[in-house]
Amino acid sequence: MTLLALPWLELAILLPLVGVACVARVRDVRLALVWCLAVTGAALACTLLVWAGFRAGVPAGGRWSANEWLFGGRAVLGVDDLSAPLLPLVALLHFVTVLATARKKIARFSFTWLMAGESLRLATFACLAPWPLVALLTLSALPPYVERRERGAGVYGLHMVLFAVLLILGVSALDGSGLIPRSWASVLLGAAVLVRCGVVPFHVWVLDLFDADSFGTTLAYVAPLTGVYAAVRLLLPVAPEWVLDGIGLLALLTAVYAAGMAVVQQDARRFFAYLFLSHAALVLVGLQLHTVVSLTGALDLWVSVALALTGLGLTLRALETRLGRLALTGFQGLYDETPALAVYFLLAGLASVGFPGTLGFVAAELLVDGAVSANPLVGLAVVLTAALNGIAVVRAYLVLFTGGRYRTAVSLTITWRERLALLTLLALILGGGLIPQSLVISRHRAAEAILQSRAVRPEPAR
Amino acid sequence: MTALGVLAVAAPAALVALLGAATLIGAPLSEAAIGRASRWVIVAGLLAVSAVPAFMLATGERHVVIDLGNWVEFHTGHGQHGRYHFAVKFVYDRLSVPFAILSYVLCGTIAAFAVKYMHREPGYNRFFALYAVFLLGMVTAALAGTIETLFAGWELVGLSSALLIAFFQSRPAPSRNGLHVWVVYRASDAALLVAAVVLHHMVGEGDFDRLLGIEPWPRGRPAVAAPQALAVGLLLLAAAAGKSALVPFSGWLPRAMEGPTPSSAVFYGALSVHLGAYLLLRLSPLIGASTVLAVAVAGLGLLTALYAQIVGSAQTDIKSALSFASLGQVGLIVAEIGGGHWVPFLWYVALVHLLGHACLRTLQFVRAPNFLQDHRALENAIGERLPRPPGLLRFAPESVRAWLYRFALERGYLDALLTDYVVRPFVAVFRWFDARERQWMNLLSGGRGASGPAADAAPKKPG
Repeated sequence: MTLLALPWLELAILLPLVGVACVARVRDVRLALVWCLAVTGAALACTLLVWAGFRAGVPAGGRWSANEWLFGGRAVLGVDDLSAPLLPLVALLHFVTVLATARKKIARFSFTWLMAGESLRLATFACLAPWPLVALLTLSALPPYVERRERGAGVYGLHMVLFAVLLILGVSALDGSGLIPRSWASVLLGAAVLVRCGVVPFHVWVLDLFDADSFGTTLAYVAPLTGVYAAVRLLLPVAPEWVLDGIGLLALLTAVYAAGMAVVQQDARRFFAYLFLSHAALVLVGLQLHTVVSLTGALDLWVSVALALTGLGLTLRALETRLGRLALTGFQGLYDETPALAVYFLLAGLASVGFPGTLGFVAAELLVDGAVSANPLVGLAVVLTAALNGIAVVRAYLVLFTGGRYRTAVSLTITWRERLALLTLLALILGGGLIPQSLVISRHRAAEAILQSRAVRPEPAR
Repeated sequence: MTALGVLAVAAPAALVALLGAATLIGAPLSEAAIGRASRWVIVAGLLAVSAVPAFMLATGERHVVIDLGNWVEFHTGHGQHGRYHFAVKFVYDRLSVPFAILSYVLCGTIAAFAVKYMHREPGYNRFFALYAVFLLGMVTAALAGTIETLFAGWELVGLSSALLIAFFQSRPAPSRNGLHVWVVYRASDAALLVAAVVLHHMVGEGDFDRLLGIEPWPRGRPAVAAPQALAVGLLLLAAAAGKSALVPFSGWLPRAMEGPTPSSAVFYGALSVHLGAYLLLRLSPLIGASTVLAVAVAGLGLLTALYAQIVGSAQTDIKSALSFASLGQVGLIVAEIGGGHWVPFLWYVALVHLLGHACLRTLQFVRAPNFLQDHRALENAIGERLPRPPGLLRFAPESVRAWLYRFALERGYLDALLTDYVVRPFVAVFRWFDARERQWMNLLSGGRGASGPAADAAPKKPG
């Protein structure tokens, strides 16, 4: 029995729940922050051990595995090529979100819901069986709903209900329960994925969430791209070509449309929401092309986008902490007051669009390569999207940080916790950009596994 | 030789890492330390890049490839070539060596100039960080042995150029101009990226050896047929047009003069503006393979030269006049590259023209403030205006002279055309969609949906 064979995955999922129980009793918000940091940090460490165990080929959990004592030996929770690096990624996104929460915000930031959400998302990303995955995907939509219900959860709630219904119907059809023809399964699941990934015209829930919700909670909810995970686990193994083509086309239109919308936004949160939508759609485009190069590119881009957009989001959140909601209508000239945030904003933004030297560069190259081989027009659209997103990022940077001089008697400089969180993300983005091979190989193995699962997919019932 | 070849690229990369890390951890270096670091990096890089051709001359090699292996590689298991790889290769040949040396010499000169010029400027550290990124981009693009590596350098040059134009960030004009240039560069980058990927697909690799043959420049033979060369060549021409401010993208060049004089001099007057021409020279065997492409390249070059001559004759400030003079020469260089299809010797002429022009223009830009002072002193001394040489417009027929003058003053209406027919419709269409989306959200939420732009002060929950 080695250290790596301990049930780290189960611990990673359970720890945030224990954290919820502990923090719910704590009155002192600073103590709650410390607890939350400790719990999310410990969960991150556990997921790293899960990854290390997977790489070392150590069977996870052994007799303490949840599959044994909770699911009667069925493989419900597990780690494979796809999820092994995604689990630490999800845990890291939560950890840095907590770490970068400013003191001014800790009284209003819901640590309990964040930890509950983390537990659900880690379980989702470790889930291999369809029905438990449906349950987890549905449950993980609840924390943002509960947090904002007093302000009206109409748009978000409506979309999430639609998503859950489509998902349940789709998996029912897949099970062949008789109510819905099996041939409808991929259409229903495809529609569910479109809703969850925010593909046009089902994208407004993302705008709604960013518009009115806590930035930190929203970021932790959307940044891991859970909808894409649902697509890989539930849709890709069963979907016929025409369904994937349809989803790919809609995702491509969304990528270009959202990138164009990001360029003209006059509000920083909406700019960020569109940037996120465009990138999520790009990842989906790569998945739907289902060639080994495009899939590898899409899976690589997934990691890169999650890291980069979290960095960009945390920078915007830090600025909002100091200045309130940010408009992109006129030059703000914040550079002199917050030079570090300006640099982090620009680097994270450029990383999201695959700038050379960042993790996204190779991912973008692979995606464009895969897209061009599928169809040159798709390749052109992907390149156009990247160009527009790049324009949107630099425009937002110039509008927020240059063009004037913001004067204030209060210091707006970055705090050490914010700097540490952003430096951690940037170190991964730039380090991964310099040495991309190991991540690419890992994503390539996952892509091969996905393609293999498609190769043995069951024929739809006639 | 490999170590020297790598050092030429590693030196500016080290400067970027040093200045970047200092900025990121919030401990910027002192002016003296930045000056020293820049000096040593330039010296090391220049010595390395000069030593390689010395070895080449000694050994008689005319085409040295430094292959650092595959940066990314995996087997695709199927398809035309069975594997994907992203090679890191640098090529030292008759084209890359002079251009890389030029980059080092001019950047070194400007670094020495800027150490004094930017003294106590609040953005000193930022200037040199962007300068280092620019140098790294130029050297990478110059020595690139694959089109993907060239693209990486190309993008670094674009970003640093746009941010340097917006360097004086307490005023809105530099930021607007920086954004304008960035938009044009992104269009140019997109064209180059598509060309790179298409080439990768046609040949199976992005390596210039594979694409243009192993014969030294400019005797390469493209591994693609004439129609394919035309398709890719047109994409490359579009990319070069954006980067070198050829028509119809010429409007960004005078805007680029918003930046500090040292960056204007070395970037837009000398190096950056020639990068498009360098790209065409690097892939000149493609021009050799397609007559239509050659006509397009030569035609665009001549058109740009004519445009720059007409517009430049009506400029009233020295930096704009110099930028259009520079553009005129770039147009001629591009025309020479196009003409290389018929007379390959013209590719050498274009290279020499490029090198000479870059050096002359850097000197003119750097000396511009002194020149103005000298000019004023002379006029004061003689008590009248100095005679001016007649401009091109004076020779135009009376009937079109006024129109041409207006055309020149408006800089050929190129910016207005791009603004009216590309930017405004784009913004209008997406703003329309934005408004419809807000209505849709309001409908879904029963009137509690989308807020307006952040200017509306509705209290939101932060966090």
